[in-house]
Amino acid sequence: MKTTYREALRAALRDALERDGRVFLMGEDVGRYGGGFAVSLGLLEEFGPERIRDTPLSESGFVGAGIGAALGGMRPVVEIMTVNFSLLALDQIVNNAATLLHMSGGQFNVPLVIRMTTGAGRQLGAQHSHSLEGWYAHIPGLRILTPATLADARGMLWTALEDPDPVLIFEHGSLYNVAGELADDAGPVDIGTAAIRRPGTGVTLITYGGTLPAVLEAADQLAGEGIDAEVIDLRTCGRSTTQPSLAASAGRTGQWWWTRAGAAAASRLR
Amino acid sequence: MTAVRASQGPADADHASHLLRQMLRIRRLEEKCVELYSAARIRGFLHVYIGEEAVAAGVLEPLAAEDCVVATYREHGHALLRVSAGAILAEMYGRLEGCCRGRGGSMHLFDAATRFYGGNAIVAGGLPLAVGLALADKMSGRHRVTACFFGEGAVAEGEFHESLNLAALWQLPVLFCCENNLYAMGTALARSESQTDIALKAAGYEIPAWAVDGMDVFAVEEAARRAVDAVRSGGGPHFLELRTYRFRAHSMFDPELYREKAEVARWMERDPIRLLKDSMDAAGQLPAETWETLQADVDAEMAAGVEFAEAGTLEPVEELTRFVYSDRTPGADQAGRAAG
Repeated sequence: MKTTYREALRAALRDALERDGRVFLMGEDVGRYGGGFAVSLGLLEEFGPERIRDTPLSESGFVGAGIGAALGGMRPVVEIMTVNFSLLALDQIVNNAATLLHMSGGQFNVPLVIRMTTGAGRQLGAQHSHSLEGWYAHIPGLRILTPATLADARGMLWTALEDPDPVLIFEHGSLYNVAGELADDAGPVDIGTAAIRRPGTGVTLITYGGTLPAVLEAADQLAGEGIDAEVIDLRTCGRSTTQPSLAASAGRTGQWWWTRAGAAAASRLR
Repeated sequence: MTAVRASQGPADADHASHLLRQMLRIRRLEEKCVELYSAARIRGFLHVYIGEEAVAAGVLEPLAAEDCVVATYREHGHALLRVSAGAILAEMYGRLEGCCRGRGGSMHLFDAATRFYGGNAIVAGGLPLAVGLALADKMSGRHRVTACFFGEGAVAEGEFHESLNLAALWQLPVLFCCENNLYAMGTALARSESQTDIALKAAGYEIPAWAVDGMDVFAVEEAARRAVDAVRSGGGPHFLELRTYRFRAHSMFDPELYREKAEVARWMERDPIRLLKDSMDAAGQLPAETWETLQADVDAEMAAGVEFAEAGTLEPVEELTRFVYSDRTPGADQAGRAAG
């Protein structure tokens, strides 16, 4: 089926809301407005204001409420409109969501999903252009997902909701309008491993999220110059991820390059 | 100006005796903690509640077992009303037998079995959690109350205002309990708030709010019972400002340069345990031998708790990174699971 990244995210939310009565979406303008980036457009009409819950502009308050609701047996999906606003909720994310399981000696896990828009490249100035997913990946206790494809936009949410611990999903702003084909039966995907998006033998290009389309384009240009590039999409950031495909790829190609939106330039790793 | 509620006359002797016991248990536990801390048996920070016992004892009394409690880093007293002295002391000792396997310590006492949600070292950090716990109850159709304790210092934090607004906006079953002991660490209320009438701030969010004499356990219990009943029956959040005083230093590293000894002495004349004991004596409700027995019982309970903690074991080093993430091994026996 023909769809977009935004519609795939919406289909994932609808699917989760239909599958599990404990799931609800909460955030600024997710309901009446339809979502700051129109991801939840129409869901208020389908699921009502209890489950598509508009909040005041109180990031720390509603993220903390999401943590509390998760402790109380719900499966909240909290939308933070953009990554820079998440800094207003940093206390709740870092001091509560990430630490409660550990501090309680395993008694209180926090099955919370937080979605937010990330990334630069849209002429929005410094604040709205942060890419803080790598930064959040340094916090033990959090899992960081960066869906770059339609299949991952469609599939990562359910897997994240099944995770017993807090999961942050970073949606790159430049991806929402990306259109393409998605299998009719697309559903939950694995969130633990990287994916080879383009196999090659000459060089390994490692990326994730909003930079993937540009890197795939670059790989096509390199092909025109006789260089067969392999493109790896990390899909997740941080220590909770196993990345067996990275070492295998580097073994085949002999050199790695790493690139992401927000970095000043690509970095040669080896 | 918010009127301060006082209690209405004497209570039944058994009930008075029960409240006296609860407060004395908290007092003796913490006196023991200070002693153990000085002897370096307990490490970390230690913030004692001595002087404020009537607040925890009075508020927790009308709560049902399924009601949640969210507290602060000064939470030994609240915890003791739900968790055994042994499990609390073992936690402070950093022992596996502690209520959090020794992972939390003094500031982070948790107990899933009794719905005790900490223990939070961030001032006001627990308020949004309480709002969320109450939201889960409301969305699930459960008629539970979440009691959320915080100091008056929390009133200056944004999370206080965000949480009160959310709870009132969504009419959530939260009982906000502000333990106003007049000092945020060393900063006096009048030096940190333009409006020092805290109940008035809550009223500004359309939350019914009462100021209560926090040294009078009957007054606290009576106000809490009214508020808990109202919250449970769908009346939305309620707010109690409990006017109390911390007799001891903020922590074990506090020379108390910010307050006069005479002020402390004045408040100690209204020691909540002594007030209750005096009123029971006056009413002939506390014969000398009953008082002796009560003290001996409580001392024995604490001695047994210390013995339990002393005999505790340390978590094996191999478990160092356990509980950073949940165990994802299929069929793994996770110690706890967030549930309704």
